[in-house]
Amino acid sequence: MATETHGEAEAGLVFHPMDQFQVTPLFGAGPVEWFTITNVTLWMGVSILVIFAILVLGARGRALVPTRSQSIAELAYGFIYKMVEDVTGKDGVVYFPYIMTLFMFIVVANFLGLLPMAFTTTSHIAVTAVMAMAVFLAVTILGFVKNGFSFLSVFWISSAPLVLRPILALIEVISYFVRPVSHSIRLAGNMMAGHAVIKVFAAFAPLILISTGIGLVVTPLSILAITAIYALEVLVSFIQAYVFAILTCVYLRDALHPHH
Amino acid sequence: MATQTTDAGQAVGGAAKVGMPQLDFSTFSNQIFWLVITLVVIYFILSRIALPRIGGALADRAGTITNDLAEAEDLKSQALAAEEAYEKALGDARAEAQNINVLMRAEIQGQLDEELAKADAQISARTKEAAAELAEIRDSAKANVKIVAKATTKEIVAALGGKADAKTVTAAVIERMKG
Repeated sequence: MATETHGEAEAGLVFHPMDQFQVTPLFGAGPVEWFTITNVTLWMGVSILVIFAILVLGARGRALVPTRSQSIAELAYGFIYKMVEDVTGKDGVVYFPYIMTLFMFIVVANFLGLLPMAFTTTSHIAVTAVMAMAVFLAVTILGFVKNGFSFLSVFWISSAPLVLRPILALIEVISYFVRPVSHSIRLAGNMMAGHAVIKVFAAFAPLILISTGIGLVVTPLSILAITAIYALEVLVSFIQAYVFAILTCVYLRDALHPHH
Repeated sequence: MATQTTDAGQAVGGAAKVGMPQLDFSTFSNQIFWLVITLVVIYFILSRIALPRIGGALADRAGTITNDLAEAEDLKSQALAAEEAYEKALGDARAEAQNINVLMRAEIQGQLDEELAKADAQISARTKEAAAELAEIRDSAKANVKIVAKATTKEIVAALGGKADAKTVTAAVIERMKG
């Protein structure tokens, strides 16, 4: 709201950096019920189609020497497969489809969000928190199912001096329960901040239409800034998806091998 | 300005009650519902179609590469064997040539020796023949000398006025010729 009042003070500059995150119904203007078809539905559907195009249509050939689209699919497959194998070990490979699902959804949604006028589904806490909570619950349940109560030894760091262990255990328990929070806010926050900053610069860009003097300096600068931040966001989009996936793998490894 | 006021109005009336649309809990159920559907759909697309297919393609390729490498190894060893056989054949041929060389040399030497021996025999035969001829000539010459000497002696004795008795002349000539 502060930005909006600021915008009014700037004589005609419109600052609504957060409007792009609004969930609105696609048809009609009624309230957003749980089943309402909204822009969330649209962009999640688009991400499904994109994933289908990349991983199913692209990899249709199964040629011995891969075509371009086939090597994109194989690259994504190999990248995540190797990550799961390296981080969680051989017995974690069973969970590869789940991690691949998360990674593909996040990376595609992030990149789709970079399209102008697009809605970034992964910039919403609701979305990332559900995924993070799902990972947290699945990993915790899996830890107890696989290891029984010895899963609790994940909090008892046997390599530390005995005096420190209770304190470390407390810290470990707290950090364990903070995991889903940091896991979800990291992704949503990154996506939201980048898009909001781009929007702020975008609001500065038409200044030349209002005041030619200041606009001559500000408009090119803000366009340059949008370009630079956009490039950064392309990087962030991939890195955040990767971070989400690799953290999932790390948590999974803790569940499968709780003994440090 | 007009657009701005409508924007502001919409923001106030709409999701912006809390400032951040992310914290507008009224949309959470909607987002979560569609997210769950999306994730389930993606999961089924991936686990049923995409991942087995891509994994199969990668496995096929790995298998082909392994086979090709094994085949290449095989061909390489075949090539090595062929080279070895070639080297061996070359060595054999060389040894054979050496053998033939030695044999030929021995044969030629033998022929040469034979020819030499034949020539030696011929030469010695000729020499003997010549010696025999020479001896014959010498003998005949000696006989001639005796005849001539007898005749000459008889003539000389006659010329000197003596009467040459054939027997004594012959004896004298033989006596002289011995010395």
